[in-house]
Amino acid sequence: MQYSKNQLFFLASLRILIGWHFLYEGLIKVFNPGWTSKAYLLSAEGPLSFFFKWLGGSALADAADIITIILLIGIGLALVLGAFEKLAAFAGIALLAMFYLSHPPIPGLENAGPAEGNYFLVNKNLIEMAALGVLAFFPSSHLVGLVYYFKKQDDETVGQHTAG
Amino acid sequence: MSKEKQSPDNSRRRALKGLAGLPFVGGILIGAYAESRKRKLAKRNILEALNINATRPESTADMSGDPIRVGIIGFGGRGSHLVRLLGYATPSWFERMKEEENEGAIKAFQEQENLNVQLTGVCDVFDVYAEEAVAAFPGCKRYRNYEEMLESPDIDAVVIATPDHWHAPISIAALQANKHVYVEKPMTHNIGETYALQEAVRNSKAVFQVGHQHRQTQSFITARDIIKKKVLGHVSLVQTNTNRNDDNGAWQYDIHEKASPQTIDWDQFLGGAPKIPFNKEHFFRWRKWWAYGSGLSGDLMTHDYDRINCVLEMGMPKYVSASGGIYTHHDGREVPDVFQVAMEYPDFSVGTSRPKGIERGMTFLYSATLGNQFNRSTILMGHDGTMELGNTLTIYADPGSTRYASMIESNLIQPEIPIYSYNPEAEEVDAITSATAKYFADKGLLWTYRDGKRVDSALLHLKEWLGAIRHGTPVSCGIREGFEEAMTAHMGGLSWKIGRRIEWDAARQEIIALPGEDLDEILLSTRVGEYAMET
Repeated sequence: MQYSKNQLFFLASLRILIGWHFLYEGLIKVFNPGWTSKAYLLSAEGPLSFFFKWLGGSALADAADIITIILLIGIGLALVLGAFEKLAAFAGIALLAMFYLSHPPIPGLENAGPAEGNYFLVNKNLIEMAALGVLAFFPSSHLVGLVYYFKKQDDETVGQHTAG
Repeated sequence: MSKEKQSPDNSRRRALKGLAGLPFVGGILIGAYAESRKRKLAKRNILEALNINATRPESTADMSGDPIRVGIIGFGGRGSHLVRLLGYATPSWFERMKEEENEGAIKAFQEQENLNVQLTGVCDVFDVYAEEAVAAFPGCKRYRNYEEMLESPDIDAVVIATPDHWHAPISIAALQANKHVYVEKPMTHNIGETYALQEAVRNSKAVFQVGHQHRQTQSFITARDIIKKKVLGHVSLVQTNTNRNDDNGAWQYDIHEKASPQTIDWDQFLGGAPKIPFNKEHFFRWRKWWAYGSGLSGDLMTHDYDRINCVLEMGMPKYVSASGGIYTHHDGREVPDVFQVAMEYPDFSVGTSRPKGIERGMTFLYSATLGNQFNRSTILMGHDGTMELGNTLTIYADPGSTRYASMIESNLIQPEIPIYSYNPEAEEVDAITSATAKYFADKGLLWTYRDGKRVDSALLHLKEWLGAIRHGTPVSCGIREGFEEAMTAHMGGLSWKIGRRIEWDAARQEIIALPGEDLDEILLSTRVGEYAMET
């Protein structure tokens, strides 16, 4: 994949910024042992709310907490550092889809979660999902990131050219 | 090219571009750690400063042994509910719950704690109610009147859920017969019988409990601890409210199709009330008439009064002024449906964070309408903080607080964010069936939580009473609390009728009457607002 300097700058920036967002959310939860997704799950709304409410009330709620934290940190690290970015992007889309579906911005739902803005079908979760889709199909870690760092020396010239 | 690869320039570029993410990871890690440490410290500092104890010693009263033999007097709406909590539900109740698709209520009944009670008697002046109990519960005998029941050796204790005008006469007779008493609120219907009942409790060995079940509600127990720890500082104003806007909430109960002079012992229903011809509406909607009910003051303000009295233990007010009228239901009722009461406590204080002598005295406001159900919550307003109280409990620091001034200044406490929040319901997603039920639930009057499980607070209140009977342990709403509740309600009713501020004489323990005034006659009278003109 070849990019102009500007294209690479914004692609890599987008990857690191989204990674930052995921990583910080994950770490805050690790440092705050009292955190649980229960209230979030139980307040779910929309057509799939039965599933999220069931999950929040079941014994799986604790597992859901751990999985959420691992995914947030894993996806965050991969995107910031630049490795397994395609896998991370798809995992991120899946996780955000869960967030989106549990509190969808559908008109008429009473408490689709506290929002700082006004949303109709499209909210920041959905936009971040689309951005992750861009990252999945416009990779940048072979130019900026660990993939570039560990790649075979012979490939160096290619990297230089495409980056330059 | 191969030479270039080895050059320091190239490896620098390689590291720069390859490891670009690393410093970000470090930064995020430090940022997250610092942020969560700040939050944790703030929380710990606040909790340490508040030192609130939300736990309650479990009610461990042993219910084993011979069952206590209970008679129910008044098997209507409330009576049948209390009997269900004692373990007895009628088939028609099961049918109704199934019709309403309220499987939760059936499940709750089946899972509720067994209080080891035998229902041995029922007394109701309406044949349909009494016969239903006899048919449904083996070993339950119908008594034609309460005197007959109290003479029976098969009865150890009675639950009284009659109209208000029968509460005291039956309680007194039961105590004199040494039968334990659980009586619904308000404890009495007039002033004279309040003293008589006080005397009867003093002279009886039997256990006496008034049915203010919210004394078992966890959030109220926590609130009491919060007041004791002076978290709110000097409380100068308490505000409680009733807001209802449905037939049930306005006491427009259904009139039973089988009601007739043949099925209702009308004379017995009337008791000491004025003799009037048979009247179905008076029988089923008795809360609308002063002769049998007590209006908003006795019926609903008593709940709020005792809720606050259980938290603050402020006792009798010095002055009571009431206002209001019949504004939403001109349907022949005598009792007001919009009603305001201001209770003054000039010498009361729960403590102060300011120099001694500056803060003293409190007003307790009760405001009610039966024509709107917007939820106005109960709030206790102190110099240092505000408490919002229901089944949940939330405390906000006051921006002008003395106690929290330094914590507010250092941004440790933000006045718009609660410094303490207690919500046992957070994990409960449950259907509440009616507007009136929601009204009671929001106030913490319907149920509470023990070990994360929802329990009807009246069950715990009955259990406390039964525990007291078995083991001699104390009850939380005995004659002292009942006396204060009833007398305050009577002062409210009097003030509304006379149109004057009513004063309590603490030394003589009586309501001050003007020369020539018969307060009980005024309280029970149907003439409204005429006294001020006459006197």
